[in-house]
Amino acid sequence: MDVVRDGQPRLIVDWTRCDGHGLCAELLPELITLDDWGYPIIGGSVPPHLTALADRARAACPVLALRIVRPD
Amino acid sequence: MTQTQSSPAAAQVSAPPAAEPSRLLRGLRSDGRALSWAEHQSLHGPLTLRHRHSADAIIAALDAAGLRGRGGGGFPLARKLRSVRAASGRTRRAVVVVNGAESEPASRKDAVLLTRTPHLVLDGAELAAIAVGAREVLIWLHRGDRAQRLALEAAIAERAQQPVAKVTYRVVEGPPRYVAGESSALAAHLTGGEAKPTMTPPRIAERGVGGKPTLVSNAETLAHAALILRHGADWFRSLGPSDEPGTMLFTVIGAVAVPGVVEGAVATPIGQLVAAAGGVTAAVSAVLIGGYAGSWLTPEQAADLPYSAEALARVAAVPGVGLVAVLPESSCPVVETARLSAWLSSESAGQCGPCVRGLPALAGAAQTLSIGRGPQAAESVGQLTRWAAMVSGRGACHHPDGVAQLIESLLRAFPDEVERHASGSGCAGLGAPSVLPLPAAEPGGPSWT
Repeated sequence: MDVVRDGQPRLIVDWTRCDGHGLCAELLPELITLDDWGYPIIGGSVPPHLTALADRARAACPVLALRIVRPD
Repeated sequence: MTQTQSSPAAAQVSAPPAAEPSRLLRGLRSDGRALSWAEHQSLHGPLTLRHRHSADAIIAALDAAGLRGRGGGGFPLARKLRSVRAASGRTRRAVVVVNGAESEPASRKDAVLLTRTPHLVLDGAELAAIAVGAREVLIWLHRGDRAQRLALEAAIAERAQQPVAKVTYRVVEGPPRYVAGESSALAAHLTGGEAKPTMTPPRIAERGVGGKPTLVSNAETLAHAALILRHGADWFRSLGPSDEPGTMLFTVIGAVAVPGVVEGAVATPIGQLVAAAGGVTAAVSAVLIGGYAGSWLTPEQAADLPYSAEALARVAAVPGVGLVAVLPESSCPVVETARLSAWLSSESAGQCGPCVRGLPALAGAAQTLSIGRGPQAAESVGQLTRWAAMVSGRGACHHPDGVAQLIESLLRAFPDEVERHASGSGCAGLGAPSVLPLPAAEPGGPSWT
């Protein structure tokens, strides 16, 4: 994961769960693209204006592989 | 440097030159047997439990010494001890796990310690147990590590009357998987599951083996701790750079006269490590550093390069477990990379998509490049570049990162050889026997339990 520590919430993929359904990339193309095999590539931390969309992408994952981690 | 051959059949120690650093390997028996409890105590001096060996004092001494993990992670031991200790309590007492399994196929350093000087490792394990408040020490080996198990069982029995700390030992054998030694995988196996890495919080320092706070430490790291508590932090720091102090064990293999385990100060030039293993026996084409998921260097790059995290980082390499593999001119680093990539790919735990799909793709492209025929060979270079970057940092453990590092280092260090393969100009190394041993495939496929 490319983790950008800028005080904003981060998206984390639990790779042991992710099956590459790709819903997250459809719902949040601003931050998530897919690799050559259909697994998500996280583009950066979540800016305030995308928080709601990020949460929707998290909730939409069929295997609950996406987590949003808020900075300590 | 002290040098010791690691194969039991040829177990002998060359006499260490008087001025060379020799700490862990000092005074090993020339017949290859383990130092007894009495021999160990007379060689290194007693390590009896005194007031100054309270948990705080042990952690403070290791902190002052600056001891970092020697199992590949390089994490400061004192910091690990502190976080496990903070989580340990009366109801959930911490557990100490000694990782002596050496998942790196060619590494023999921990095998040498456990079979020749097991009390040094056990001293360190008991000190760690005091430091974190543990009463239970598990020693993790690979299934079939018979020599290590026998030496440990004998040593545990010998010291039972007067241990450094009263602990219950259990020697556990796990599946011989490359990623099984990763601490979350190891904790999962010791809790009754498969030895596969996990991403599920909390960390094992808080809840590891059986839900208890767990310290996992490499056998060599604990052996250093045993000497630091005897001789002090300043003594430890008298060798090696100030930010990576001490000595470390290296396994030198390949085209050298006396392959085996060598002790040297951290930051010893790689050429000196090779010299300590008897020097080269052929012209050298490449040197692989750190482990099989390590980094290729040219012989010219390697010769004077200090073996330290700081110096290796300048050539995008990491110390890993101290492997130095010397490739003779008859072997080709492109061909060896294809072979190692295929094996590393087969060692995926099969859990994480980028690893499950990416490693076979990388191994396939490396194979295509190594065969070096047709337009596919030319395309494979771009694929290797793209996919190595793509799998990096995207898994529950660092297995994909290691494979990416191996491949990226090949492309970086050997552009001419890569180009020769890509353009189909042929390679004499294709049929050459390999100097990099791989474990035999297990009948019935790899086991994870």
